Amino acid sequence: MTRETLFNLAVLAGLIALPLYAHLAEEPFTITLATRAVILSLAAVGLNIALGIGGLVSLGHAVFFGIGGYAMGILAFHAQNYMPLMEAPFLIEGTKSMPMIWLVAVIASALAALVIGLLSLRTSGVYFIMITLAFGQMFYYFAISWSAYGGEDGMSIYVRNDFPGLNTLVPIQFYGLCLAALVLALGFNGALARSRFGLALNAARQVPERVRAVGLDPFRLRLVAFTISGAITGLAGALFADLNRFVSPTMFSWQLSGEFIVFIIIGGTARLFGPVVGACLFVVLEHYIGGWSDYWHIWFGLLLLVIVLFGRGGVIGLIAGKARAHG
Amino acid sequence: MKFRTLALGGALCAALAGMASAEVKVGMITTLSGGGAGLGIDVRDGFMLAIEQSGRTDIEVVIEDDQRKPDVAVQLADKLVQSEKVDVLTGIIWSNLAMAVVPSVTAQGKFYLSPNAGPSQLAGRGCNKNYFNVAWQNDAFNEAAGAWASENGIGKVFLMAPNYPAGKDMIAGFKRFFKGEVSEEVYTKLGQTDYAAEIAQVKASDADMVYYFLPGGMGISFMKQYAGSGAEKPVMGPAFSFDQGILGAIGEAALGVKNTAHWSKDLDVPGNAEFVESFVAKYDRLPSLYAAQGFDTGLLLVSAAEKADVSDADAFRAALEAADIQSVRGAFKFGANHHPIQTIYMREVVKEGDVVTNRIIGTAATDHTDAYGADCKM
Amino acid sequence: MSLILIAEQILNGLQSGIMLFLMAAGLTLIFGVMGLINLAHGSLYMVGAFCAAAVAAATGSFALGLVAALAGAAAAGALIELVVIRRLYDRDHLDQVLATFALILVFSEGTRWVFGSFPLYLDVPAALSGPVTLPGGIEYPLYRLTLILAGLAVAAGLFWLIARTRIGIQIRAGENDREMIAALGVDIDRLYTFIFALGAALAGLAGALVGAIQSVQVGMGEPVLILAFVTIVIGGIGSIKGALVGALLVGLTETLGSVFLPEVFKLFMAPAAATQTGASLSSMAIYILMAGVLLWRPTGLFGARA
Repeated sequence: MTRETLFNLAVLAGLIALPLYAHLAEEPFTITLATRAVILSLAAVGLNIALGIGGLVSLGHAVFFGIGGYAMGILAFHAQNYMPLMEAPFLIEGTKSMPMIWLVAVIASALAALVIGLLSLRTSGVYFIMITLAFGQMFYYFAISWSAYGGEDGMSIYVRNDFPGLNTLVPIQFYGLCLAALVLALGFNGALARSRFGLALNAARQVPERVRAVGLDPFRLRLVAFTISGAITGLAGALFADLNRFVSPTMFSWQLSGEFIVFIIIGGTARLFGPVVGACLFVVLEHYIGGWSDYWHIWFGLLLLVIVLFGRGGVIGLIAGKARAHG
Repeated sequence: MKFRTLALGGALCAALAGMASAEVKVGMITTLSGGGAGLGIDVRDGFMLAIEQSGRTDIEVVIEDDQRKPDVAVQLADKLVQSEKVDVLTGIIWSNLAMAVVPSVTAQGKFYLSPNAGPSQLAGRGCNKNYFNVAWQNDAFNEAAGAWASENGIGKVFLMAPNYPAGKDMIAGFKRFFKGEVSEEVYTKLGQTDYAAEIAQVKASDADMVYYFLPGGMGISFMKQYAGSGAEKPVMGPAFSFDQGILGAIGEAALGVKNTAHWSKDLDVPGNAEFVESFVAKYDRLPSLYAAQGFDTGLLLVSAAEKADVSDADAFRAALEAADIQSVRGAFKFGANHHPIQTIYMREVVKEGDVVTNRIIGTAATDHTDAYGADCKM
Repeated sequence: MSLILIAEQILNGLQSGIMLFLMAAGLTLIFGVMGLINLAHGSLYMVGAFCAAAVAAATGSFALGLVAALAGAAAAGALIELVVIRRLYDRDHLDQVLATFALILVFSEGTRWVFGSFPLYLDVPAALSGPVTLPGGIEYPLYRLTLILAGLAVAAGLFWLIARTRIGIQIRAGENDREMIAALGVDIDRLYTFIFALGAALAGLAGALVGAIQSVQVGMGEPVLILAFVTIVIGGIGSIKGALVGALLVGLTETLGSVFLPEVFKLFMAPAAATQTGASLSSMAIYILMAGVLLWRPTGLFGARA
């Protein structure tokens, strides 16, 4: 067992133990904070499939986060107001059932990722960063002016959606759901990285010519990775919307896309647990530095700078040493 | 950011003296960083001034910065309710943040006093017995302006607002009371900074007057560009674009502009001059509309805390409903949907010495109430 | 809609495009020569506007304010190049994005700390205020006309600098082969600091010039930053000519879109719905333009490499 694996297990143990402790100590807000960290981790794990393995720096992943959020918002909005989503040609009702919402969120964001990927992956490097940013802005402005679903005000959902057999209003139970989703996504990510697909994708990032030489198409590899990546981030969006019981266009904002990248780099690029460590650290810092002064963004910015400039390899790099397989 | 005004000694004395009121814990979520921070700071300072002047040391205020992000505001509300266990929440500046926070907070049985932002949903179908709007319903200033424009012989107007719900509400409010004709209705991009195109449209239109709602930096940009364009149509708007914090940045370009508000620093009602004076003394700047609203919110809280124990929700609510305060806006009372019934004035931007500021030139609407109360079933 | 109105709107589009060019030129130079994505470029724009506003308020002179904007932004640019940016040249784009994202936070809140939370006052100088009548009877603000001319002058100066001077030769050489010009004895560190400060000064100048007719406030740089990125991506990253063409395209699309799209929709929709649909679509127009250009030419109009 490598130091990195040990460290990952320790992180996972912390994610289980800390909220349980908070639950027993009756500090529900700590659980809320942990839920936020876990959901943001999940979003960044999604991005990490495109970015970590595929080398695709997407500055527009908030699009999928937002689509997931709006999938939840729209379905639950129709369900809570007893308005069918669509009457012709066939009736579609809204729903308050989480599994149903998740399914819709995943499919919708995967479709969006497929289309955006088809268009964006023709470019590379900085152009790719910028075209994904452009798609993000398009969705952002569209959501602002989409008055049927609240426009800039967004939509409030009064009660959290249901999951069979659980009471999602109890913070620890909802946290458990989110953590389970994160663990599944991490497991999937780990398996993907080791699979033939993951190896080919990694090779396509480093030497596309060689991949082409063995008869694989780097474009298609990247497109598949981007689609999977978008789907996972979309799921996170649906959970995030449920955590806040609220969706708004800020879920599409480019700053949020930037934050996802920040999580991955803080934690360590191309590390399985990089996004998790980064997101947790980010949430904790945001929460506690916020209490220091009126101008806490300055300190936060300086801290980020120090991490990028001197902490190469991110937190995991500092603790667990150099990465093995990835270059 | 966070700071607390707490004096256990005071609470202890009060308890020993056998007074009815006990400690009240208030959570304030407002915007204290980023581009919109000026408004939040004004609300906070006005509110804290009222608490301080009340002399009550048993009111604890926990202040948090929402960064103008709805999800942060929701998270802070959860924190204040779940972990700080506050009794009353207040402070939110923006309608979209209020819509994200207020329904869930009031559903959990907490009181919410809005010192700014009055989205129509919360005044109508989404009203709540624990939600009190101390400022205005979003449409109010615009309705008053519409009425004033009709009475003063304005025939055709050019309407403009950003393309988002509050913008559309404001324009709808104006049209509700305006009897003349709308020559053009333009929706701009949220956060737009260049209005050359719209100004050209204004100049080409046959309107007698321009009416716009462009809060914050958008209004500053528009007014500066409008003044330099040679366009001569008179300008009117709700006070949000001509408030003290903003006028300093627009300067003389705003002179002569008319705007509607429920308050002005020259408003001659008991207590207002003292408020302005003590605000200037304490913070070394002129109070804005937002500061006045923050101050009134503080007064309302103190008045309710004097009358009832916050743990007795029904009594506390009744004390809030009575609104037994000396508002800096003069007569102030709540309608059935807990939104203000108040007089709205027409102000004009003038220069006093070196300072560009507002002065009242007339009354636009007396005892004005909002259009949504009928939908409110409490 | 009259011809005069259309002509006026085209002038407006040109004016915003030219100002965008000042921003985009620095951004594209920095990327072309150093290979660096600088998200903090918008902060330098803001620094310029704040310096101009502070100095103009203290001295009463707009010209001194402009000088302060150039000097302040160049100094801030040189400072961050020496302290932070220098360490990022050999990093991947990811680290650059993150580090300059952090710089935005520091600059925004730092500015608020120094200048307070309220917007600052900066006005057009009296000599340039008010409208002038152009041939054809177009009444146009003198200041905006000045902006177009000043921007064109700066653009011409920049083209001259790059095409005709020694520094320009080094810059062009640096774009093609860094090792070679270092081997030829050019002090590459100084060249980089110079280019970065030059880009920063241009952004600061744009901030001050535009600040006089807009709101000088914290966060004013971010919307412009995004527009500037769209611009250089459309034009082709690293190409000054591309930045100019891209800036004009973006400026015209944005201005004309917001005016004419609602009119177009009115032809086949109810006026209220048309206004809103038009407004929504026009706020997305430049991003659609950018996506379209990239689909047609994946490295922009004049871009050589990705």
